[in-house]
Amino acid sequence: MSHPIQAAEFLQDQAKSKWHDETLWFVRDKRDKISKSVPEWENLRDLASQIKDNVLANLGVYLEEFEKNAKANNIHVHWAKDAEEHNEIVLGILKEKRCNAIVKSKSILTEECHLNPYLEKNGIEVVDTDLGERIVQFLNQAPSHIVLPAIHLKKRDISEIFHEKLHTEKGNEDPDYLTQAARIHLREKFLSAKVAITGVNFGVAETGEFVVCTNEGNADMGVHLADVHIACMGIEKIIPKRAHLGVFLRLLARSATGQSVTNYNSHFRSPSPGKEIHIVLVDNGRTAQLARPKFKNSLKCIRCGACMNTCPIYRRSGGFSYESTVPGPIGSILSPGIDLQKHSSLPFASTLCGSCTDVCPVKINIHEQLYEWRQEITKALPDRTKSLAMKIANGVFAVPFAYNLSGNMMRGALKILPDSITYSGLNTWGKQRDLPELPKESFKDWYKKNRK
Amino acid sequence: MNFTKNIGLFIPCYVDQFYPKVAIATLELLEKLGCQVTYPMGQTCCGQPMANAGYERDTVATTKHFIRIFKDFDYVVAPSGSCVLHVKEHAPVIEGLEKEQSEIHDKIFELTEFMTDILKIENIKGNFPHRVGYHASCHGQRGLRLSASSELHQTPFNKAKQLMVNLEGLEWVELERKDECCGFGGTFAVSEEALSIQMGKDRLADHQAQNVEILTGGDMSCIMHLQGIAKRNGNPIQFKHIAEILNEAIS
Ligand code: SF4
Repeated sequence: MSHPIQAAEFLQDQAKSKWHDETLWFVRDKRDKISKSVPEWENLRDLASQIKDNVLANLGVYLEEFEKNAKANNIHVHWAKDAEEHNEIVLGILKEKRCNAIVKSKSILTEECHLNPYLEKNGIEVVDTDLGERIVQFLNQAPSHIVLPAIHLKKRDISEIFHEKLHTEKGNEDPDYLTQAARIHLREKFLSAKVAITGVNFGVAETGEFVVCTNEGNADMGVHLADVHIACMGIEKIIPKRAHLGVFLRLLARSATGQSVTNYNSHFRSPSPGKEIHIVLVDNGRTAQLARPKFKNSLKCIRCGACMNTCPIYRRSGGFSYESTVPGPIGSILSPGIDLQKHSSLPFASTLCGSCTDVCPVKINIHEQLYEWRQEITKALPDRTKSLAMKIANGVFAVPFAYNLSGNMMRGALKILPDSITYSGLNTWGKQRDLPELPKESFKDWYKKNRK
Repeated sequence: MNFTKNIGLFIPCYVDQFYPKVAIATLELLEKLGCQVTYPMGQTCCGQPMANAGYERDTVATTKHFIRIFKDFDYVVAPSGSCVLHVKEHAPVIEGLEKEQSEIHDKIFELTEFMTDILKIENIKGNFPHRVGYHASCHGQRGLRLSASSELHQTPFNKAKQLMVNLEGLEWVELERKDECCGFGGTFAVSEEALSIQMGKDRLADHQAQNVEILTGGDMSCIMHLQGIAKRNGNPIQFKHIAEILNEAIS
């Protein structure tokens, strides 16, 4: 299904879509306010963007430096060229450790690689330990937002799921009560897991350490109780120096949720005695994106989610309407690079309003890349986009297009056509909008009479 | 004031066809401000709808034509941020006309920015006793930076507000979401119809909640969309391009 169909479906439930829009707008507004409390905010964005430019220009160098230093810290380093290799590496470690139940804290990369179903197929129980992730996992859903995975669900929905899965009181929607129930449930899982998986927010080349940011502390809980920590990291997550965290950590939390800092920014450098740390460095299409000059700086993304919260489309169509692991504006410029055919409607799911670009802490020119993907898609998939061209021709843009041939003819036609045709299903513009009243004469005609 | 430069008036195609009164207001306003304005008759659509739909490569002829028509003017002024942004940023580079094209990029202006930045008008004296809500169209807003963006940490400014706010009797309305998109978006208006309509309704609701009498803006495309939804739903709000307000106010 394409984005317009999904979006129209989401909008069917007016009350819910309005609530979704307002909830995310609230987060956006919080971000706006807190970003304005930092006088050097725009300088930080510049700096972050430049650091990432440098990383992308020297990615190989920094990755090798990271590998060398991580190994020196007794971390096992693995390289995966795609999702399949990534999943095999993780399973290999689990088999070696004879582990059949793991805890995982939020990692969009493992979602991207579809690790959960792969491990489950191989007989391993996977428990996502972020509250939001656990909720969507109960429902067999994917996260609908990269920072707020269960944002599409209301308190009542969560109460119902917990009643079913955790036997909480029916109808009790008290957030404290529900959170407590989740805690007790997760504690058991934490205590019994021998292996914990986390994502990585930043890998520091200079020191070979990596940083994981969470609000719930679940990454730390999982890792410290387990014997083995597997960290899955996209190769673009590298930063050159530890000092650069001073730029990124300040931007990340403020952009993501409007907090001044994430509750837990945990640094992992070397395993405790008797324990192991593995890091899996994953490409999965990233070097291909790096090779596309117009789109490579989409790899600067630090996954803060701000572009989703600000996007007037995302807020009103929900994360699932994008049908890709990373939804919203950034997803719409990343996903076509992975599967152009499948995601061809995404770059068109935008008015090119530019809000995403202005909000992005690493200054990715998101809306310009959406525009560029449109140019690529119409070239690569002429059939797919023909219907779009037809729509334009049938819609209000018939006017500008006809203009070059004969403006007057078009004006004449609009006047003659009965309303039933102008407003019929053929004319998408007129379905829920009136057309402007036609003036007696065009400006051109007026000018000829009045100024020459 | 007498401004001796030659100004070429660029009127977006749909304004020429649907909203001649906006084009007339733009022309009269500039003339009242002492400008010499010519409307070159051969002008056509600038190619924006095609380019935004993914067919920039098919707009070479249109762009070439545009450059030829406007290259000899000192300034090119249009009552549309969106079309100006297209000419500046998205028109394909034309071989053999690179110099003329880059000169046009520097001398083409949206109406309000031309008034504040080139004519250096601080504010306009006149009379407009109405409660006015301003729709900041995205391409002018975040493309041409006609006013401060809510996302950025910058000193607040708004070129349209600067021109209107001192008009006698005018009540300037602050919106709940001052620069949220209205959902027009060119092709988007038809390819994502459901979203486009919802976004338009939400924008209208914000203006209505603040009891706006006249909704204005710098781009008729957004206004055409909002007005179309308002009319279909029996919403009594009125619509005017900012050129119409300023032109009426000083007559
Ligand atoms: S593209 Fe920018 S705003 Fe969007 S998630 Fe990535 S870093 Fe955040």
